[in-house]
Amino acid sequence: MNLLTSWLFDPTNWSGTGGIPQRLVEHLWYTALALAIAIVIGFPLGALVGHTKRGGFVLVGAANVLRALPTVGVLTLVVLLAGIGLVPPIAALTLLAIPPIMAGAYAGIQAVEPVVVDAARGVGMTEREVLFQVEIPNAMPLIFGGVRSAALQVVATATIAAYVGLGGLGRYVFDGLALHDYPQMAGGAILVAVLAVLVELVLTGVQRLVVSPGLRPVRTSGGTQR
Amino acid sequence: MVERSAVVSGRGYCRPHYRDDRKDLGVIEFQAVTKRFDDGTVAVDELDLTVDPGRITVFVGPSGCGKTTSLRMINRMIDLTSGSILVDGKDVRQSDPPLLRRGIGYVIQQAGLFPHRTVLDNIATVPVLAGWGRAKARKRAEELLETVGLPAAMGRRYPAQLSGGQQQRVGVARALAVDPPVLLMDEPFSAVDPVVREGLQDELLRLQGELGKTIVFVTHDIDEAIKLGDKVAVFRTGGILAQYDTPAELLARPADDFVTNFVGRDRGYRALGFLTAGGLSLGELAPVKVGATVAEARQALRDGWAVVVDERNHPCGWLSADRLSSVDESATVDADLLLAGGSLYDTEHGSLRSALDAALSSPSALGVAVDGQGVLAGSITADEVLRALAAARTAGEVPQ
Ligand SMILES: Nc1ncnc2c1ncn2[C@@H]1O[C@H](COP(=O)(O)OP(=O)(O)OP(=O)(O)O)[C@@H](O)[C@H]1O
Ligand SMILES: [Mg+2]
Repeated sequence: MNLLTSWLFDPTNWSGTGGIPQRLVEHLWYTALALAIAIVIGFPLGALVGHTKRGGFVLVGAANVLRALPTVGVLTLVVLLAGIGLVPPIAALTLLAIPPIMAGAYAGIQAVEPVVVDAARGVGMTEREVLFQVEIPNAMPLIFGGVRSAALQVVATATIAAYVGLGGLGRYVFDGLALHDYPQMAGGAILVAVLAVLVELVLTGVQRLVVSPGLRPVRTSGGTQR
Repeated sequence: MVERSAVVSGRGYCRPHYRDDRKDLGVIEFQAVTKRFDDGTVAVDELDLTVDPGRITVFVGPSGCGKTTSLRMINRMIDLTSGSILVDGKDVRQSDPPLLRRGIGYVIQQAGLFPHRTVLDNIATVPVLAGWGRAKARKRAEELLETVGLPAAMGRRYPAQLSGGQQQRVGVARALAVDPPVLLMDEPFSAVDPVVREGLQDELLRLQGELGKTIVFVTHDIDEAIKLGDKVAVFRTGGILAQYDTPAELLARPADDFVTNFVGRDRGYRALGFLTAGGLSLGELAPVKVGATVAEARQALRDGWAVVVDERNHPCGWLSADRLSSVDESATVDADLLLAGGSLYDTEHGSLRSALDAALSSPSALGVAVDGQGVLAGSITADEVLRALAAARTAGEVPQ
């Protein structure tokens, strides 16, 4: 136990360049950047296909192909194409995050009850209004499910940034490995796990704020019958 | 104190008294309208029909006969293949669909409320789309909640927290939000249980009495069609109009075998609901006033029965010899002694059917007749109704 935690609780590791706070911020930065790009690409695609109900087959196929790509392989390939820098790890992480986000948006929107969508058009909403005022809000639980699952995978995988010379918590894992400094390796791994849990907690909190109470499971006790 | 409600009021087909000031808004004309779907199905075939403004027109027919398709072509939820539909003289194809739809109320079977919005925000949907501003839209929504008979507190609930009947009311409120002249209703009450459905139908008739909308109402239930419709359009499979008439005409003179079958075996009984019962002769009743002594009441019994009226001569219920024999001479007649009567027959507005209902539902076998103000007018027997019915039959007003 001491072996595992000695590094983690050593105060000198918690300050300065290469200290834990700096690595945490870097790690979060890669995660946020990759997630943001994945949302910008994956969400509109999923939403559009879910709304039009056209191309669902292609979309699911594409998501599966992306899922099958080995992240380290992608990383290496992009390094060969674009050289060292921020681009290769962010590209690899983005490709990792796109499938769950895209699939969540698609599944959520196409699962909104047809009678609700019909009513939305029937009361005079434009297609845009149908999508933004009815389909997306009702799909929020599944959309968020996709984002959370993407966020978890990216937080865990962002360690690979260190593999191509960048920072992040992966630094400790790869440096520890190279130096046979197992306490440092273990410390890095624990930090990644803790960060993943925190991210999950924060996103769960955000989800509570964003998803309408009307979509929560029905409390049968609350609804009085006529 | 004895209340008038001791006599259960009738459930005759009460028709709304219409407001006349907007009766020319909302004329809908179908001109040779045909709808052929991509797969070749002809859902509506050369439909010519004019929907009267300010009235309820019901589209009825077997499943798949094109009722929904006809309805949805009005607000362009489905685009027609040929022919044209005019609303107040304007071809619907000249309007942008979303704009057209905002001006036409639309109510569907499972209400189709937006699950993520509160009841109030659901109702405020169209005003907000129309750019009213939130505060004004909310205020209007609160008014409408009351109009459709829901408590204000319900506005904060979400649809999942309402019963089916309540959801349907909210659906109607949402459709009425910008006060459109036309209301399209596609089987709005068919997903709720029969008791609730009947309440919703009565409520719709009451509302219509206040609002005088042009309502196109789709159902496959002939009873609902006859109860609600000022005019009924019977469709046959293939989207062909079989008959378009008032309910009374439909029952009395079905155009062909299809309509006869669709209207059903008991159409004769239903038809009674449309026969005015002017020719009925009433028997005399010697009423007992509330507060009279039991001794006086015993004097008034005829064949073991006496009807009790309040100080305004409105009937309250029946007294029976049986019931009176168990009480003291000097007691007074009060609510505890009364047997609730059946339905009342209103001699000014009532139909032959309500006269028959009154006779059959009375504990004394004598139906209680009242005048237009609810004042006791006399008694009516089932035999007398049957005599009038026979006369109406001879005159050709009722199907054989
Ligand atoms: N989108 C569509 N594509 C092909 N055929 C359709 C489509 N919509 C409806 N139809 C067909 O058109 C016919 C009329 O359908 P419609 O929905 O108008 O019937 P309806 O009278 O409302 O029936 P119900 O009482 O069952 O609701 C049916 O045969 C139906 O199968
Ligand atoms: Mg239908």
